[in-house]
Amino acid sequence: MKVSFPHMGYSYLAFKWMVEHTGHECIVPPEPSKRTLDLGVRHSPEFACIPFKMLMGTYLEVAEMGAEMIITSGSNGPCRAGLYWVMHQYLLEELGQPVKIVALEPPLCDMRDFIGKLRLIRKTGGISTKQLIWVLQVTWEKVKAIDEIERHSHEIRPYEIGKGDTTRAFWQALEMIDAANSINEVRLAYREALKVLDAVPQDNSRNPLKVGIIGEIYVVLEPSANHYMQIMLGEMGVQTDRSIYLSGYTKKTTIYDLEGDLYTVAQPYLNEAPIGGHGANSIAETVLYSRHGYDGVVQLAPFSCIPEIVAKSILPTVSRDHDIPVLTLFIDEQTGKAGVQTRLEAFVDLMERRREVKQKQSTIARRLVI
Amino acid sequence: MKKGYLGVDVGSVSTNLVVLDPDGKLLIKKYLRTNGKPIQTVQEGLYQIGQEIGEEIEIAGAGTTGSARYLISLIIGADIVKNEITAHAIAASSIDNEVRTIVEIGGQDSKIIIMRDGVVTDFAMNTVCAAGTGSFLDQQASRLLIPIEDFGSYALKAKNPVRIAGRCAVFAESDMIHKQQLGYNTEDIIAGLCEALVRNYMNNVGKGKEILPPVMFQGGVAANQGLVEAFRRYLDMPVEVPEHYGVMGAIGVALMSRDASRRKGATGFKGFNIQEISFKTTSFECKGCSNACEVVQFYENSELLARWGDRCGKWEV
Repeated sequence: MKVSFPHMGYSYLAFKWMVEHTGHECIVPPEPSKRTLDLGVRHSPEFACIPFKMLMGTYLEVAEMGAEMIITSGSNGPCRAGLYWVMHQYLLEELGQPVKIVALEPPLCDMRDFIGKLRLIRKTGGISTKQLIWVLQVTWEKVKAIDEIERHSHEIRPYEIGKGDTTRAFWQALEMIDAANSINEVRLAYREALKVLDAVPQDNSRNPLKVGIIGEIYVVLEPSANHYMQIMLGEMGVQTDRSIYLSGYTKKTTIYDLEGDLYTVAQPYLNEAPIGGHGANSIAETVLYSRHGYDGVVQLAPFSCIPEIVAKSILPTVSRDHDIPVLTLFIDEQTGKAGVQTRLEAFVDLMERRREVKQKQSTIARRLVI
Repeated sequence: MKKGYLGVDVGSVSTNLVVLDPDGKLLIKKYLRTNGKPIQTVQEGLYQIGQEIGEEIEIAGAGTTGSARYLISLIIGADIVKNEITAHAIAASSIDNEVRTIVEIGGQDSKIIIMRDGVVTDFAMNTVCAAGTGSFLDQQASRLLIPIEDFGSYALKAKNPVRIAGRCAVFAESDMIHKQQLGYNTEDIIAGLCEALVRNYMNNVGKGKEILPPVMFQGGVAANQGLVEAFRRYLDMPVEVPEHYGVMGAIGVALMSRDASRRKGATGFKGFNIQEISFKTTSFECKGCSNACEVVQFYENSELLARWGDRCGKWEV
């Protein structure tokens, strides 16, 4: 069958490999563009959030390219996004697109459904269970490697001497991972890829600001949905880390249940009622970024996203208690980059001045001690 | 010749130019409509300033701010390019270094800047909605057939402001029409609109911010006395409007250009008569990869000055 999946950051390289090795033909989803947005907006409910619209657009694009099956994730409702695939399926049917959406629910939530859907993918592709397990293992290795080199690229970008060098090296590194065909090859490619990144000429005398990026998963993970924010900040000389990586996320919600920790951190602020989506995470992660000495936090929220709206109204308190500035950006259909750039530049100015004032204070304090 | 520092703020609605003397005193200001033509507007504004004071003032530093700041910096040869939030904060604290809250409302954006001890500690700017901005009032003014300049004086005459929903500019309009049809007088409706805008502003950008006096209100919309009054009532504290409220962004960046040009030792300013130079932009779609970036090329006469819009940086000059 011709199989596709949602575009989320650079993970498509790993999923492309997975589809191809389960005996299917892969329709690689194009990076969300203006056209994706146009299609998505035209065929989605007006009040749906931007992740819904972008995915709708992507699905219509891959349907046009001939996809017959779309593999996506369900999840037991961190927010309504867990049910989006049902709506998408209805809308695709209404539009006369013969595409079947196969949504994998977290195995811990519905093991039978999960296994049944995996079997469907395996049977239609004509491979054995043993082969499938191997394919999943290699895919997982690729997802981890891709996440890890992306994380590293955001670490070194603020040190780059030639603007764009890191991004170019990063693409080269991705191609190396893309060419690997077994667990060992992925591991080898990963080590080589790191060398390519480290070879970018860097100025280590710089002391970049550190910013954590938090918020709703889709707009945090998909660079084309957030104006390539991490690259933009990196080229402004800011080191960024983001709270969500696919390998981390999938791991937490499937096999290891590590989210308990985050809830403990968020609990002082959420005593009354827990909030869904990544709202509780946003609160906990702001606390954690402050503890780890970050200069600020940027919260990315789709317009009308309730969990993030709730988190936003709690964040001023967290920000005061933990002395860390927070900038919230709502993301909707706007594609103009200038507005985002203005806010980020002002936020960088703010963090730089804070750092100067803090350094001055600590020198004064030190003198007083002496 | 005396020295002067030029600040240019090119926003979506207006283009403001100021020249300050080395002590930060305003020598001249120009307030022009951008009308979607930032390049021509700046050329025109500079020409006017050159005609008026070009004989006795030598520009020793220039800076740009506003949404077209990068484009305009290439045209005038700016020494510093700065975002409008920082520019407004610098300008406000040059007037009152104790200022702790800045309310700034422009044509299509509204912002709040929180300052403590002369340092910006927090800010917010409207993102996806223009309900609490100058455009909202502009819309309603034209609906009521009242020139926007007279809006404030009407509002001050109101005895019982009418409550109007300010959540969305479109629904505010239908709410306003209903109130008109019920026979409320124009003054009370206008005062109601001012209050609606303040409520929206406070709920939108002001949410969760610690607003402490002194409060400074700047931006083109501060001309509206009715709105100033509405802010005073809502916040229950004095609200100060600086003398040159409409050009504060330009003042801020002119002040910054003073330090920037001193650090550099010279200015890159190209002079007032850039009207004779032809600036041109062309664009093409890069075929290098699937991103299909729209690359913009910027020419001064026939010389290519800059390219932007490409994500990978391969077209950079």
